[in-house]
Amino acid sequence: MHRKARRGLAIASTLALLITAAGCSGDDGPGSGGASVPGVTDTEIVVGTHMPLTGPASAGYSKIAPATKAYFDYVNANGGVHGRKITYKIMDDGYNPANTQQVVRQLVLQDKVFAILNGLGTPTHTGVLDFLKSNRVPDLFVASGSRSWDQPDKYPGTFGFNPDYTVEGKILANYAKANLGGQKVCFLGQDDDFGRDSLAGVEKVLGATAVAVKQTYVTSNTNVAPQIGAFKAAGCQVVVLATVPGFTALSVGTAARLGFKPQWLVSNVGADHPTLAKQLGAAAPLLEGMVGTNYLPMQNDTANPWIQLFTKVNKEHNGDAPFDGNTVYGMSVGYLFVQTLLAAGKDLTREKVLEAVQKGGFQGPGLVPLRFSATDHSGYGGQRLSRVSGGVQSYFGPAYETDEADGSVNEYTATPAAPPANGVPTVS
Amino acid sequence: MSATRAAVPPRHKRDDPGGRPVDPRRGSTLLRHLAVVLAVGLLLVAVSYSVEPFRNFQLATVAAYLCATAGLTVLTGLNGQLSLGHGALMATGAYTVALCQTAFADRGMTGGWLLPLSLGAAIISTVAVGAVVGVAAARLRGPYLAGVTLAVAVVVPALAVTFDGVFNGEQGLSVPVEPPPLSLGPYFPYERWQLWVTGAATLLALLLLANLIRSRYGRTFRAVRDDEVAARLAGIHVARTQVLAFVVSAATAGLGGALLAVLAQSVSPGAFSLTLSLFLLMAVVIGGLGRLTGALWGAVLLVALPDLTHSVTEMLTLSPAVAQRLEGNLPLAIFGLTLIVVMIAAPGGVQGLLSRLGRALLARRSTRRS
Repeated sequence: MHRKARRGLAIASTLALLITAAGCSGDDGPGSGGASVPGVTDTEIVVGTHMPLTGPASAGYSKIAPATKAYFDYVNANGGVHGRKITYKIMDDGYNPANTQQVVRQLVLQDKVFAILNGLGTPTHTGVLDFLKSNRVPDLFVASGSRSWDQPDKYPGTFGFNPDYTVEGKILANYAKANLGGQKVCFLGQDDDFGRDSLAGVEKVLGATAVAVKQTYVTSNTNVAPQIGAFKAAGCQVVVLATVPGFTALSVGTAARLGFKPQWLVSNVGADHPTLAKQLGAAAPLLEGMVGTNYLPMQNDTANPWIQLFTKVNKEHNGDAPFDGNTVYGMSVGYLFVQTLLAAGKDLTREKVLEAVQKGGFQGPGLVPLRFSATDHSGYGGQRLSRVSGGVQSYFGPAYETDEADGSVNEYTATPAAPPANGVPTVS
Repeated sequence: MSATRAAVPPRHKRDDPGGRPVDPRRGSTLLRHLAVVLAVGLLLVAVSYSVEPFRNFQLATVAAYLCATAGLTVLTGLNGQLSLGHGALMATGAYTVALCQTAFADRGMTGGWLLPLSLGAAIISTVAVGAVVGVAAARLRGPYLAGVTLAVAVVVPALAVTFDGVFNGEQGLSVPVEPPPLSLGPYFPYERWQLWVTGAATLLALLLLANLIRSRYGRTFRAVRDDEVAARLAGIHVARTQVLAFVVSAATAGLGGALLAVLAQSVSPGAFSLTLSLFLLMAVVIGGLGRLTGALWGAVLLVALPDLTHSVTEMLTLSPAVAQRLEGNLPLAIFGLTLIVVMIAAPGGVQGLLSRLGRALLARRSTRRS
């Protein structure tokens, strides 16, 4: 009899605990009522994101979301958007798609966020596309240049931010074609859509057979000596890197150890000089001559009014954290989101936000235009080249614009917009 | 306490019901387990209606992990074999289900019977892998066995990266899963459906495990764990028993991984790293080795801990940099600390502690009565 009682007790206690755990947040809230919009009250808008704050891709990237949050805090301190303060919930997914599943569900189902903003990573974000779609959550300005975000028919609520990796590959290859003609070009890419799309862009410009050696890496293996060794053995003179910052630093460092000195052409996601210099430490001079791309103001260009604004925000609301390209990126995302909210109007709904983004016409820090329309959900449409010289990364030449298909790479000459006087966008 | 029970050495008192003479009044073990499973199943349905979607999803995740931890409990707690590679077995099941579901979707096949078919395929493939590892494991002891299973934990995710044509490297595969059947209504919450599917599969697996434990095989498992020489003298084929235990354990781990993939609708090597294997082992030890209820506590812990650390870091007002570092690493630290504390304070794990408390309560009540 005791045995039975004991088992009963065990089962009962288990169930009781489960139910209390469930009951703790069992309040269904107004979100299920249908009348109100999830995450939106008269005084607050709650948005969330997933970011690699830890793990293999955290170098540099872990600073993006805090920078965005700092910009929101700045806007909140200036009265918010239509009287609402923005609350930004940042969840760490460690760049692990399984964690992304968990944290995004938590944001959407438990925290009832209005939208997911700037979720970072191709493999991580791919896994939540369907979930966000079926819950009709706006999936704005994904922090990755995968072409997957640009599928208006399949994912009407998803919009990119970065120029897509094919556009970037084309612009990098265009530079190689014009300035490094006749040299042996090789390619190292991440073993996912990032690397594949980028390679596709490079081959669109140089030709399908022009890339002599193609290598890939995975973020779980921090040894790129075999790949770099293959480049050296093949006598590569130009190496295009579609790498995250940690692996750009690793590749440059490994090449130096092997006595291999090619011309590096680096994707914008892995070309931020302060991030790389911090990773390499004393070996930072190895970055001399590296050519990278970007489409936002350069973080060391103190004459740029956007950089002045962002530096001020960084001082006041981000604990004066080291200022680099990730800070500029995070704040630019914040600026674009505030613009979107303003354009969506005072009676904020998810549908209105999507309409506002599709209408496009945003002017911000970017050197090239954002391409948002009803049929185009990709982000920025081009890039400008930068070079590290004397330990300083700066732009050279014009900005370029191109498409992800076979279109040519064209110069883009319009001058970027200046920021509003108080740093907060107004309804245009 | 009966005289027979007192004669059994203390360690086996609770987890060795098969060693006692069967009480004819207790009736069929299978029927008893069936009744419990039915009751839990009904309760799960009731709970699924009363809580919000995210809790449903979390409970479904607990159920998926429970499959794996229950299998590991049988292997480590009842058969005495240590496995550091159960995360890899979960990955095997997960990838099988992904490949099957994708194949079905590509051929335009739809229907409610496809998912059970894929889950079955996942179990079969994991059984195959488990049999191979199990045969090796039966020849090895202690640290050598740990070494082999550790190698499995490292190699399987690496395979996904090496053969990226099939497994799509670190980006992994997506797992197309059909929405809940229309007969449940057009607005049936997807998370509730997920809980039903994973809950049903897990309860079935637990039912089979519970019966196995109480059967002749369960007794041979324990006999081999306690003393291999004595077991051999009693006519038990030790190696065969060990392989059987490994295969059973692998099958449930494979099912657990498959369910996890169905829940996440995606599978990637990052989800089945070595850390997961270690977490599984820690979870069953903390939950209480040797009892299936212990496996439940372990599974709950696996899901609750990251959530808990997030709330903790949110509550503390820390500088962003410190908070970031903490959030990523705190679960590991807490897990380790819990393991140490539990081992010192309650060697029987959470379940051991609970049943000790329960017994103390009962004893007090019966003394008061007499």
